[in-house]
Amino acid sequence: MKRLRRHGQESQRERIKQELFQFNKAMEHGFPHQPSALGYSASLQLLAIGTRSGAIKLYGAPGVEFMGLHEENAAVTQVHFLPHQAGLVTLLDDNSLHMWTLRAHKGQSELLEIGRFTLTGPPGASPSVTSVTAVLPHSSGELLLLGTEGGHVFIVEVPGFRELEERNISLDQVANSVPEDYIGRRNLEHVEALQENPVNPDQIVIGYGRGLMVIWDLEKLCATQHIPATQQLESVWWTDDGKYILSSHSDGSYCRWMVGGEDGNEEEEEEEKSDIPYGHFPCKAISKIVQLPTKEGPPFLLFSGGMPRASYGDRHCITVIHSKTHVALDFTSRIIDFFVIKDGPRSAGEPSALVVLVEEELVIIDLQTEGWPVIQTPYLVPLHSSAITCSHHVSAIPLKLWERVIAAGDLQNTHYSKKPWPITGGQNLASDPPQRDLLLTGHEDGTVRFWDASGVCLYPMYKLSTSAVFHTDTDPNDNMNQSTEGEWPPFRKVGCFDPYSDDPRLGIQKIHLCKYSGYLTVAGTAGQILVLELNDEAAEHTIEAKVVDLLQGQEGFRWKGHTRLDVREDPVLFPPGFQPLALVQCQPPAVVTALTLHSEWKLVAFGTSHGFAVYDYQQKNNILIKCTLNPSDQLAMEGPLSRVKSIKKSLRQSFRRIRRSRVSLRKHHVNNAAKLQDANARLEAELAEMELAPVQRKIEARSSDDSFTGLVRTLYFADTFLSDSSHNTPSLWAGTNGGCVFAYMLRLPSVEHRADEPITAQPAKEIQLMHRAPIVGIVVLDGHGAPLPEPLEVAHDLARSPDMHGSHHLLVISEEQFKVFTLPKVSAKMKLKLTAVDGSRVRRAGVAWFGSNRTEDYGESGLMVLTNQGDVHVVSLPGVKLQVHYNCIRREDVSGIASCVFTKHGQGFYLISPSEFERFSLSTRNLVEPHCLVEAPQYSAPSTQHRPHANKASSAQRNARHESEDAEVLQEIQKSLEADQMLFSENNVKSALA
Amino acid sequence: MLVCYADVHGDLLPINNDDNYHKAISTASPLLRLFLQRKEEADYTTFGTDSLTRKKNTVLSAVLLRPDTNRKKPPVIISLPKDFRPVSSIIDVDILPETHRRVRLYKHGQEKPLGFYIRDGSSVRVTPQGLEKVPGIFISRMVPGGLAESTGLLAVNDEVLEVNGIEVAGKSLDQVTDMMIANSHNLIITVKPANQRNNVVRSRGGAASGSSGRSSDSGASYYGYTSHSASGAAAPVPSHIIQNFPAGDLESDEDDEDLVIEAGGEAEPIRRAPSNYSMPSVPLYQPHLDLRTTSTLSVNANGTLPASGSSGSLNNALAASTTPSPDRAMQRRNLEEDGTVITL
Repeated sequence: MKRLRRHGQESQRERIKQELFQFNKAMEHGFPHQPSALGYSASLQLLAIGTRSGAIKLYGAPGVEFMGLHEENAAVTQVHFLPHQAGLVTLLDDNSLHMWTLRAHKGQSELLEIGRFTLTGPPGASPSVTSVTAVLPHSSGELLLLGTEGGHVFIVEVPGFRELEERNISLDQVANSVPEDYIGRRNLEHVEALQENPVNPDQIVIGYGRGLMVIWDLEKLCATQHIPATQQLESVWWTDDGKYILSSHSDGSYCRWMVGGEDGNEEEEEEEKSDIPYGHFPCKAISKIVQLPTKEGPPFLLFSGGMPRASYGDRHCITVIHSKTHVALDFTSRIIDFFVIKDGPRSAGEPSALVVLVEEELVIIDLQTEGWPVIQTPYLVPLHSSAITCSHHVSAIPLKLWERVIAAGDLQNTHYSKKPWPITGGQNLASDPPQRDLLLTGHEDGTVRFWDASGVCLYPMYKLSTSAVFHTDTDPNDNMNQSTEGEWPPFRKVGCFDPYSDDPRLGIQKIHLCKYSGYLTVAGTAGQILVLELNDEAAEHTIEAKVVDLLQGQEGFRWKGHTRLDVREDPVLFPPGFQPLALVQCQPPAVVTALTLHSEWKLVAFGTSHGFAVYDYQQKNNILIKCTLNPSDQLAMEGPLSRVKSIKKSLRQSFRRIRRSRVSLRKHHVNNAAKLQDANARLEAELAEMELAPVQRKIEARSSDDSFTGLVRTLYFADTFLSDSSHNTPSLWAGTNGGCVFAYMLRLPSVEHRADEPITAQPAKEIQLMHRAPIVGIVVLDGHGAPLPEPLEVAHDLARSPDMHGSHHLLVISEEQFKVFTLPKVSAKMKLKLTAVDGSRVRRAGVAWFGSNRTEDYGESGLMVLTNQGDVHVVSLPGVKLQVHYNCIRREDVSGIASCVFTKHGQGFYLISPSEFERFSLSTRNLVEPHCLVEAPQYSAPSTQHRPHANKASSAQRNARHESEDAEVLQEIQKSLEADQMLFSENNVKSALA
Repeated sequence: MLVCYADVHGDLLPINNDDNYHKAISTASPLLRLFLQRKEEADYTTFGTDSLTRKKNTVLSAVLLRPDTNRKKPPVIISLPKDFRPVSSIIDVDILPETHRRVRLYKHGQEKPLGFYIRDGSSVRVTPQGLEKVPGIFISRMVPGGLAESTGLLAVNDEVLEVNGIEVAGKSLDQVTDMMIANSHNLIITVKPANQRNNVVRSRGGAASGSSGRSSDSGASYYGYTSHSASGAAAPVPSHIIQNFPAGDLESDEDDEDLVIEAGGEAEPIRRAPSNYSMPSVPLYQPHLDLRTTSTLSVNANGTLPASGSSGSLNNALAASTTPSPDRAMQRRNLEEDGTVITL
């Protein structure tokens, strides 16, 4: 009977768990890592980016995002939208073509791969014959023209990928008709470019690597004109009126050719204009050229590259020439591709914006506003413009603070164009986010960036720079927007990616924001702690630094690490936004490892590897300094060796060198294969070596003599019962790397005497956990077992006041265990062992509220935990029982695990690359993911009439697909059953033999 | 209490200092025969040449006390206390395959490091599909003078199968490392020794008794006491010591005894809250003796060690139970001849 009842309870608990917890990797924020291809559909108004890891991402209006991943782990080299359809074709560097489509499903669009294709040559032909170098989706939407390395053009019907062999344009056909006097006629090389005549879809131009361009008639199946350029061809552009062809070449020149007339008309096929824009000295190749007409006045000419090789060969430039204006846009990373958006319903209007994909960011330039300002991107923002060093998430920001931060941010963005975002495809169907969430990222250059993390778009709100407080050795000539008068080429720096921080001591390590008071504290690599306050006006402050000696007379210490930052003594004008109120500098200036702020008590607590301290930012004095250093801990005593620093510095320098000497990577298919083989061979050799010298791990109990036992891992303010069970007092809790918890009782004067009466701190308790594992978190649970609310939360009526009648409990989270102790008498009540059972260790833990998806008013507090194995767990409170666990991050992804932050509502973020956050959710109720719809454009050209327009037709198609899928599944099952049987009989045979 | 041993020549010699203890260990081949006597009853005249020839087949048993856990780690008291303390034991012999060995290492807060390293490797398993190479975790190195080495129960290239009852299959080297360190206060590792020659040869009787309603935590155990106890464990017919393990004892809660220092007060170990407080039970170390023998042994067989824990009475009890008795010797011999060893 008892067992039955318990069973019932368990199943009920299981049901509640299902209502509360659900794991979803919802979406990715930021800029894709290693982009390799760019595509744009003017009709869909969608942008597509392919990456080296085989991902394909589509973006339209803010909130409209799709992502797909090729099964092959190969780089996407080209992306082409099919005209007038919601589909696109990708080419990977394994020479496979993939057809993707946006299909409506339950009122939303989803990106699906619907076909794949690899060109097959005649038997015995070399692979280069079919190695695709150029792709042209024909404007009919039914043909795909594929130019290959062997110089042939294959014609394929889409979407089915049916080869139309009779229409192929073989190299021989072309070569036969090449004029006798053309120098390169014996070897035209690969097909470099394919373009369609914008006014006559039957005409295409085939550009060969050697320089020859042939205008081919698809109907008559013959060449109508030969353009005998003699320089290595880089790109071809057919002007909108169909009258001219522009070609760009590897020597940095471009030519304009007249189109028309038949072969043999000598005058008309002469190059009409040839120019090496940055000439005289040898120039690098112009990799792409575009010319766009304007209604009145001269056309826009845009090209990438072409810089003088010796003096500016390392620049990544796109030159825009319009009338008298000539600008060389200078990017900080390699250019992948660019395109121009044109105004008007059929994109037939004026060029309005230049979209440039560079390796580390997407830059959009407004071509219709004077000065060609940059348009702020609402998504694809480079999170890593300076490397991210830490993150902090604050849920449910009060509207007042939100508006003030936005206002401060708007003042910083005055140099951006006022024009709205020009890529507007699709509809965002997601409902408005239920609350305002803020993600703060700390960066290596001392900045803190505020991101709107409420919805699908991680939108930059405000940027705080702490470097103004300090003297830094940054080069004053390093100004990004500096351009000298009369300089040639006329460079203009664009983009915000600048990963080179000259003083790594500025790096932000810890952030804590009080959303109610607007107080912010940030702490950095050189032991600096800044308390900042939001001010809507610009103001001048002189910052006085308070030095805190954390050693407290500890003997035998020698700090060999970096020095403290020099504080500027003169007054500094700070723009509206967060302005420094107080500065504390730790001595020794070790990296700050723990930080917390209590805005109600106006106290900030911080810790390093040497100890911790509490600072009163109202009275501006120290209240408590505690040294946690173990005298035998040499590593912590000495700090990071200067050697480490110099390695980092030299690394930085060599990166700069690489950046300078980086030659644009172009298609080298043959070389790639060789390189791959080479790399594989090396890998194998390395593996063999590893076999010889296996990795060993020492098994030893932790002792108090281990390194960095005194490192402060966590700090926590709590109003709880520290000394007796009838009076609650303010307290500070600190946890160290050596499994030690220090508790201090704080005596705060009454509010009216807060400014003048001193605050005192008294040691109250010290707990040494016997297992000595590092302490990663401390939480006090109230009489109901709920975590204590944040400071000021109750005062703002946003949380129920904690239960102060029942007994409080202390939850200590170490890397290995979760332990609940009673308060005030610290006795162990419950515990959950993690490491001893499955070998994983806690890396991050955070309290979160999980709402039920079934009943609005039911919810539970839980502890979200991330382990070093990359698993996320939910642990119940106060019972410390494992509820659910999911694999979230690959265990090898150490930086991903280290970067993880949890929200207070069951979501989390972690870096999947230096520039991208993955957003995941453990909650059934709080899930942010894109919901959007893209409809295929209405197009009434005769060639598309047979395509189904009505939804009915497409749904019928969908059903058909479902059926076929079902059939496939059945077949699959059948097969596996058969296989089992086979195995079974095989076993029988074996056993019979035995 | 007087501890004596029989040397290779059959002489009865005392063990009362480090030197003769080491001598005793080094000359043991393969079995070290111990005699425990009450001091007052000791017959000092027996020491010397040929003193033991007439009782060659006397069964000798080691008796040991485990610390009374009511107090925090009291010294183990047998004769010369500092020279003896449990450092390791082989447990669960009755439920494990003979090719495996489950070893418990007692850290006991002592200075000696655990002292071993593990590595990745691969081992061959028999699966329905035939032989299969699977990744495994192996002991790669022993620190000279470390606990692991001194037990002699673990050796380089032994494959680690379980850590505190949890299989390591499918776990990474780092995971297993963390598990071992997390359990370092009471580490129980199940290994498949690289050298299978020194395996405990278990009789059928042992297996039968092992299934007599005991949990996997219980069962026959071999104890190694000193740095050279390996010789005992490796002996062809080792002396069995039956331990009365309660199920929860394996998961020692030593690490629960966190230290709390109240401001201005004394440090005290944290006691578990009464709600689920369970005192680590008093383990009994009973001499390997057949229970069907004399009534003098029934005290231990019932598992009632004097609760007072005073060393005097303990000594009495132990001395009483371990006094060599001709009767028992007879019985033992019979058992040996049968080739069966009966354990509880």
